[in-house]
Amino acid sequence: MHGQGFFFQAFVYLAAAVIAVPIAKRLGLGSVLGYLIAGMVIGPFGLGLIGAEGEDVMHFAEFGVVMMLFLIGLELRPALLWRMRGPILGTGGLQVGVTTVLLTAIGILLGLPWQTSLAVGMTLALSSTAIVLQTLNEKNLMGTDAGQSSFAVLLFQDIAVIPMLALMPLLAVGAVGTTTAANEYGTETATHATTWVEGLPPWEQTLVVLLAVAAIVLAGRYLLRPIFRVIASTRLRELFTAAALLLIIGIALLMAQVGLSPALGTFLAGVVLANSEYRHELESEIDPFKGLLLAVFFIAVGASVDFQLISDRPQLILGIVGGLMLIKFAVLFGLGRAFKMGLDQNFLFAFTLAQGGEFAFVLFSFASQNAVIPDDVTAPLIAAVAVSMALTPVLMLLNEKLIQPRFGTRESIEREPDEIHSSSPVIIAGFGRFGSIVGRFLRANGVRPTVLEYDSDRVELLRRLGLDVYYGDASRKDLLEAAGAGDARLLVIAMEDHTRVLALVETAQKHFPHLVILARASGRPEAYELQDQGVDHVYRETLDTSLRTGMDALRLLGRPGHQTYRSARTFRIHDEESVRDLGRMRHDRKAYFSAARERIQSLEELLLTEVQGPVENRDEGWDTDTLRQEYGGGEE
Amino acid sequence: MSEFARRILVLFAHPALQKSRVNRVLIEGLRDLEGVTLHDLYEAYPDFGIDVAREQRLLLENDLIVLQHPLFWYSTPAILKEWQDLVLEHGWAYGSDGEALAGKLWLNAITTGGREVAYSADGHNRFTIRELLRPLEQTARLCSMEFLPPYGVHGTLGMRTEEIQAHAAEYRRLLSAFRDGQVDLDSARTAERLNADLDSIIRRGEA
Repeated sequence: MHGQGFFFQAFVYLAAAVIAVPIAKRLGLGSVLGYLIAGMVIGPFGLGLIGAEGEDVMHFAEFGVVMMLFLIGLELRPALLWRMRGPILGTGGLQVGVTTVLLTAIGILLGLPWQTSLAVGMTLALSSTAIVLQTLNEKNLMGTDAGQSSFAVLLFQDIAVIPMLALMPLLAVGAVGTTTAANEYGTETATHATTWVEGLPPWEQTLVVLLAVAAIVLAGRYLLRPIFRVIASTRLRELFTAAALLLIIGIALLMAQVGLSPALGTFLAGVVLANSEYRHELESEIDPFKGLLLAVFFIAVGASVDFQLISDRPQLILGIVGGLMLIKFAVLFGLGRAFKMGLDQNFLFAFTLAQGGEFAFVLFSFASQNAVIPDDVTAPLIAAVAVSMALTPVLMLLNEKLIQPRFGTRESIEREPDEIHSSSPVIIAGFGRFGSIVGRFLRANGVRPTVLEYDSDRVELLRRLGLDVYYGDASRKDLLEAAGAGDARLLVIAMEDHTRVLALVETAQKHFPHLVILARASGRPEAYELQDQGVDHVYRETLDTSLRTGMDALRLLGRPGHQTYRSARTFRIHDEESVRDLGRMRHDRKAYFSAARERIQSLEELLLTEVQGPVENRDEGWDTDTLRQEYGGGEE
Repeated sequence: MSEFARRILVLFAHPALQKSRVNRVLIEGLRDLEGVTLHDLYEAYPDFGIDVAREQRLLLENDLIVLQHPLFWYSTPAILKEWQDLVLEHGWAYGSDGEALAGKLWLNAITTGGREVAYSADGHNRFTIRELLRPLEQTARLCSMEFLPPYGVHGTLGMRTEEIQAHAAEYRRLLSAFRDGQVDLDSARTAERLNADLDSIIRRGEA
């Protein structure tokens, strides 16, 4: 069945995903588990629709992890990352250290050479970034204590991979094969080339690595933004997509060349770009690729679960899985305790990270090539890691359904806006003459809106002035989402182009019905249309300014100030009322005209009474006519 | 329309609620009290554009009108003065045809930074609260309304949170009693301020 070309494979993978994931979601299992099960079903031990090439697919799809870390970096401004250094080094360092020591000791007790034991211990200390982050994101748990700590640990693990790879050849117990350290996730391409650092003395290797990191940071700061601006100004969306992918692949290649983790490199690039105006646009461009690749990756992991081996030696595999997860759980739980995590958070934290990681697949094959670990040891370990990864979503589900309800507080309770998702309550779409005033006024009152603007030159200018402006077409759902529309309360639509205003209203109402919309309209017809769409807060852009002009004109003619002011206010209220009423009636043209005439008449009348005397109940309290009649004795 | 003995309208005026310590707690204590309509004037009319027709309708719908406010320069905050000027129209609230408000009760619920002793002939402010409220008392009277002794919270500047909470509970109790017809108006009339001794003016178990 296999080998029938790319399209057949793609068809199988996509079909499996499209069928399995909705079912898994419906059953409350989450998408990750859905993909894993789909993989098991179509894999060599299920329907056999995909075979040994599944492993290659997996390595390719691991690039999704690289993209995911880029996206995470985009959400993490440098200052926030710096603030997380404690948890990363503390919790992360201790998790990797303690787990490695324990697993190594067990290996030695089981009679493995210490070198092999150490290699196994290090490898199994790592957890699965892909599964953990995807699941946490899906369950909206990234903002919780446990989510943040998990992220910190995963980040440390990603850094720890570098020395591990360097150490691996030194642990060789047999003849040493030669494989480059760059053979890490997502960089299959890079393995065919020799890396730049190979054969260099250690200090030169370090220098090259530092230079590469510095290059990413500097390029991110000074080079990428002008480039993106030029690309954005072409207004060709696919070009922007291509540029975003180019950036990530380029960094991955560079990192592989210097022997660093590509995921770490793109994460760094993400952090550097987190302050850039193209952040939201990059997020929405990369996100579908990441999602798709991760999905394929999860399917491939599912397919790689070696049921043959498991059924041959069930006790061994299950023993390894059980022992591994128990030890990792215990270490994590202990750390959570030590760092004073709440009990519910601690359970979440420990269950979340208790599996082996995708990196184990790479590291084990690397280790066996280097003769650090014999093949008969790696085979069951790889199977066990795959099983533990597949079990993770199940464990998290059990934790959520069985353990968490025993605590008073659910982990999903919304906390105060946290560090990663510090989204604004207000999104302003369009930052031209209209939106900029709204935005400046809000900022003057301590509200920092998230601004979306489609004119890249203007974006550049405004950012130089220190505003939080992001480039992108606000009427796209994914960009709105990336800008935090899910958490925001208000959406100010301040764009000039009425067609785009209407498009944005439609998108926002469809996907973010909780958002209160405040929309700009150039005149009455536009206001009517917005009302028809159900927008309650409509602002005609010239109304207030014209009225102020009129007020000043009256005052220059010598009219009293306060009265003029009140008259303008009354005028505005009636004018807006009439827009509301006429908007409803205008579909019937006859009604429209008679009502319009009536409106103008009543407005005239009203304005006259403001100046010439009381007709309705207008400010009668200030009038003395009736008082003079009653008490004044009729003089005058 | 209402199963309560009296319907209550609280006209609340504080121009900077975010800076208020006492009034905010007092008003919060009333939020869920049935039969009481809270009307925050500065919130409803940020530009002083008082809707006279709406205000008059609210007055007609209620029996006890509470003006809750801090004492500013021995009087109400500006918007309440504007409210009086505009809403209490000749020929409606007073004058030979003005009987719309006849028989309704008028109550000032006042907070002062100074202590009560400062409001006496020998005190810093030279006049009692009751004396200082004379213009309002006469306003009520001209509108054929009955002016009740004020509800007063004094010495708010150094007031501790527990004390404020206690006042809020008391205020709520007083308005509930008015609502349920449990206030003995005869003894209430003789009080210097209504909360001097709440037990003496609230009847138990009736209504």
